[in-house]
Amino acid sequence: MKKKNSNSFSIFNLFNICILSILALLCIYPIWYVLTASLSNGNLIMQHSGLLLLPIKPNIAAYIAVFKNKMILSGYLNTIKILIISLILQITMTSIGAYFFSRERVLFKKPLMFIITLTMFISGGMIPFYQNLRSLHLMNSHWGLILPFMISTYNMIILKTSFESIPKSLSEAARIDGAGHIRILFSIVLPLSKPVLAVMLLYYGVGVWNGWFWASTILTDRSMYPLQVILREILLSNDTSVMTQGVSSGDLEAVGATIRYATVIVATLPILCAYPFLQKYFTKGIMIGAVKE
Amino acid sequence: MKNTIFSKIKKDLKLNKSLYILVLPVLIFYIIFHYKPMYGAVIAFMDYNPRLGIKGSEWVGFAQFIRFFNSPYFVRILRNTVLLSVYGIIFGFPAPIILALLLNELKQKKFKKTVQTATYLTHFISLVVVTGIIKEFTQSTGLINDIIEFFGGTRTSLIQNPALYRTIYITSDIWQEIGWGSIIYLAALSGIDEQLYEAASIDGANRWDKLLHVTLPGISTTIIIMLILRLGQILGSSYEKTILLYNEATYETADVIASYIYRVGILERNWSYSTAIGLFNSGINFIFLLVANKLSKKISETSLW
Repeated sequence: MKKKNSNSFSIFNLFNICILSILALLCIYPIWYVLTASLSNGNLIMQHSGLLLLPIKPNIAAYIAVFKNKMILSGYLNTIKILIISLILQITMTSIGAYFFSRERVLFKKPLMFIITLTMFISGGMIPFYQNLRSLHLMNSHWGLILPFMISTYNMIILKTSFESIPKSLSEAARIDGAGHIRILFSIVLPLSKPVLAVMLLYYGVGVWNGWFWASTILTDRSMYPLQVILREILLSNDTSVMTQGVSSGDLEAVGATIRYATVIVATLPILCAYPFLQKYFTKGIMIGAVKE
Repeated sequence: MKNTIFSKIKKDLKLNKSLYILVLPVLIFYIIFHYKPMYGAVIAFMDYNPRLGIKGSEWVGFAQFIRFFNSPYFVRILRNTVLLSVYGIIFGFPAPIILALLLNELKQKKFKKTVQTATYLTHFISLVVVTGIIKEFTQSTGLINDIIEFFGGTRTSLIQNPALYRTIYITSDIWQEIGWGSIIYLAALSGIDEQLYEAASIDGANRWDKLLHVTLPGISTTIIIMLILRLGQILGSSYEKTILLYNEATYETADVIASYIYRVGILERNWSYSTAIGLFNSGINFIFLLVANKLSKKISETSLW
């Protein structure tokens, strides 16, 4: 199948390329639509119907309005704050856990691993989780969005599997030289696991960036809202007050329709930018995760 | 005997003391954020009052569960949850496998990479944005209605139509996850020994024969594991997507167990009742996972554990 027909351009191959091209276009088009609409003239986009391939009367008025909007700016800052603290704690805690479970000759490793893996299949549910946050006084606090999500068991198992593939002789030699566990973890194990760490950063980072549910559930103070919660108000509720904040009434009509699209682009851009750099690690991350226990 | 176990433990604690101290924060995390809520789920058997706390609230046994089974919503949300999962398995589960098989047949490396980039990308877009786009495209002035009108149909708000909700939900799910889901199958495909294909060619096998007798058996383990995981989540539909996508007009087909728990629990503050529904839900989920795992062990000697 690989070599035999490589010269002949069979009907199947043509058909295959067509199907896959259509699929790729279907995946990209909605994003392209939002991008072109965000750069178009608001009045014309309202009247426009059918496919949109290029911006109509290109302008960046919607983006100017977005960056003038105080709620969107504070949402951006809140998300970045939560993201940075989360990533530091997530990577540290997940590495420590993975390191422990990748060591040999530890008596309590198996039972502890069982206790931790069990949480992937059994949980108290949404309401006890929420009550727990209340009893820990994490309501209306960014910590309530950070602390409970410090470790994803799935990610920890991926990292553990990766740590196990590092030659034991390296950490044994360091041990003989008198290095402690923290030292071995940070100066030997982690530097040798950069590709998997990249995958971890991506998984955790996207999770935090895109998270909205718990933020919308536990935060009551609007100034603490992360970006996605603001975005939800703009996109899904008919609350126009958030949308049109900071827009002078003359521009309102022209900008009103496109500002939604511009907000989507502004909120998605960081992921779209980071994505190509991390793409080469995807397969690796997924494959390590798929290795059976 | 007891003495040797005791001395073994003592020796291990002495030898690995620093390791145990290091892992302590991780264990505390699991206790506080996983096991404490599990204990908190006992309020399902109570008439919980936050002011009285778990100790002060009254025990009511299975009353909350019985109330749920007798509720007019029980059948509706159970049906909606199961149907969404079943449609997801019928249409959503094979989609990434087919994509992986098609990608695997490609000889043009650059084109393959482009298709992968485009189809993986959607996985990273937030659900808020995805549902925002769905809403934009399905509204009566949206793109899909432009197409419907072009072919002579009339404009309607598609997302307000309960009959179309599941189609929209499943289609957008496939759109978002088809590429990402295909990665694991592509990796499994790349692990198939090239010699098997060559041997098949010598035996006169055509493309279809090779697919049936080399390719599919080569990735069957991966397919089965992914299917077990999927079956284990048959009552675990995404509340996040549902809450973003549904509205009062579509509750009839859209409301699932998890979104109902959210409404009666967090919005209406029926703590015990909603916890009981959640417990029922995760109990059934776990049973499904065990059964699927057992079945697959019997049929194909593939299992999660």
